[in-house]
Amino acid sequence: MTTTASMVWLIIGCALVTWLPRIVPFMFVRSVKLPDVVLKWLSFIPVCILSALVFENLLDTESTSFVTLDWPVFITFVPTLIIALVTKSLSITVVAGVMIMAMVRFFM
Amino acid sequence: MTSTTEFHDKSTTPTDNSFLQGVKDCIPTLLGYISIGLAFGVVGSASGLSVLEIALLTILVYAGSAQFIFCALLLTSSPASAIIVTIFVVNLRHLLMSLTLAPHFTRYSMLRNVGFGTLLTDETFGVAVTKRMQNGKLYGKWMDGLNITAYLFWILSCVAGAFLEQWVANPEKWGLDFALIAMFVALLVLQLSSVNKNKIMHYLILIGYMAVSMYGLSYIVPSHVAVLLATVIVATIGVVTDK
Repeated sequence: MTTTASMVWLIIGCALVTWLPRIVPFMFVRSVKLPDVVLKWLSFIPVCILSALVFENLLDTESTSFVTLDWPVFITFVPTLIIALVTKSLSITVVAGVMIMAMVRFFM
Repeated sequence: MTSTTEFHDKSTTPTDNSFLQGVKDCIPTLLGYISIGLAFGVVGSASGLSVLEIALLTILVYAGSAQFIFCALLLTSSPASAIIVTIFVVNLRHLLMSLTLAPHFTRYSMLRNVGFGTLLTDETFGVAVTKRMQNGKLYGKWMDGLNITAYLFWILSCVAGAFLEQWVANPEKWGLDFALIAMFVALLVLQLSSVNKNKIMHYLILIGYMAVSMYGLSYIVPSHVAVLLATVIVATIGVVTDK
């Protein structure tokens, strides 16, 4: 049960930048209206950032001088994606993904 | 304006808008909170965070994907500024959700509105917009019931996961590090399944651009910067190519 001052400040910093986008619209929605083009831009952010985070994990940037696929992760990713598409369930996908990754690590 | 909304408040049945109904409407999402929360506790512990740090992160940041990314960035020894900027961009999606919900709560005080926003998550947003579709209106007490239930279960699950880690010697061996990637995959699929049918091709093309941008940018910048740049570039392409 320990921590450091720099870690606490880092967490507080992360908390502040997470909190502001959550509350600012609730505070000012009556007086400020964002232009449609900004709203449209923001509407693409969830899909873009989630796919960025998936691709980030699929790529191996360290082993060789070329950026390649991280094969164990990619082999797990394919069935996990299919399970997500079929079940549309966050919890089933997470549990199944972890089990498949464990199997892949066991055999590779 | 105020008198009209008060009139509508009186015209509906109390069970629709009670705190308890909000708690009940939160139940279907709890399995998600518990499994991701436990996974976060385990991943957080495996990343070298203490139970206290996991609890602080969970209570103060309260954002699933951001908490996982926090751990991932810590492991790659990213500077604090990069972590904070990344967390900001990752959670910027709440701005859109907050903007969508806020107009339904303008009759409540500023302080209560700050409360609604503080506990806004992907899941509570999803439940709230569904409720609004069914009832045509959203109520403060109901929203508080939903939000507080989700918040408490998230904190309990994350801390429980942190203790669980002590019995799981090597989380990578058990594939637990993949919980994070699997969650992003599932959230992406859920996002796409809510997209209008005639827009789905546009989104799939954008994901193709994301793959190309991420691959190319990985040669020149660290991966967390690639995530930021690729997202900003491709969201802009999305606006330009949208019909």
